[in-house]
Amino acid sequence: MSEKEEGIQMEGVVLEPLPNAMFKVKLENGHQVLAHISGKMRMFYIKILPGDKVTVELSPYDLTRGRITYRAK
Amino acid sequence: MQLKSKSEIDQMRKAGAITGQILLELGEMVKPGVTTADLDLFAQLRTKELGAKPAFKGYNGFPGTLCVSVNEEVVHGIPSKKRILNEGDIIGVDFGVIYDGWYGDSAKTFCVGKVSAEVDKLVKTTEKSLYLGIEQVKPGNHLFDIGFAIQNFVESHGFSVVREFVGHGIGRNLHEDPQIPNYGAKGKGMLLKAGMVIAIEPMINAGKPEVKVLSDGWTAVTADRKWSAHFEHTIAITEQGYEILTLV
Repeated sequence: MSEKEEGIQMEGVVLEPLPNAMFKVKLENGHQVLAHISGKMRMFYIKILPGDKVTVELSPYDLTRGRITYRAK
Repeated sequence: MQLKSKSEIDQMRKAGAITGQILLELGEMVKPGVTTADLDLFAQLRTKELGAKPAFKGYNGFPGTLCVSVNEEVVHGIPSKKRILNEGDIIGVDFGVIYDGWYGDSAKTFCVGKVSAEVDKLVKTTEKSLYLGIEQVKPGNHLFDIGFAIQNFVESHGFSVVREFVGHGIGRNLHEDPQIPNYGAKGKGMLLKAGMVIAIEPMINAGKPEVKVLSDGWTAVTADRKWSAHFEHTIAITEQGYEILTLV
């Protein structure tokens, strides 16, 4: 059975929102990435604000970009 | 990622042999008029007969023993009494077992009766790409050499490589690290070591590479609805190179 391709998951803190539902996120290892909100979260109207702790899925091919897949309570 | 010892690979060889054997027998069953549910039932009973357990049933909720993907279905098709195979169809059968706690995973695309020349080319090219990928497997090579070999070969024939699904490590779990894309770059990715056991599974489309998942949550189809083929083997990396555990 094939596996769904996924990137590396990391935790981070949202620094600031950018246009087009993009966010600057500082990861726990100090790196800053450009992340967009995942379709699932968009579908359920989950808001993301600066200061939120989020889980970011990074593409293995570009470690400066990611997808926000979870916002911690 | 777990490296397996020689005796652990011996165990996995048994799981691989059962998987390969049943897959071969399923191939004999494929003919016009057979339903995908018939194939699934056979696999279920035969697996039990050989002392193993089906690997896919219940995995993340998957309802079948086999994944059966017909024509434009890429992977993860669900067996059904309503799906009847017709002359000219192709069916990708993906199957896995658990034997003594160890997993085996393999897949073949079978032609139902006589198929068109382009379809035959798709199936043969996909199968050959799997073996070209396997030839890259030896300690010292890089993980993405495998995908590079596959991608290079199939794209030179005008076909495309599915990106969304990948091969995987395998052992005491069906899916282990690392993820093994079927596209790649020479010399990139982790170093391959003896003791790794991996499942390489190229999914190749006649048209464009994009796929989408249907509303059943499982069945993946090509976005342009052109056909797709899939082949898979479980391979152990040895000091000398590789051993295909699911080849019988």
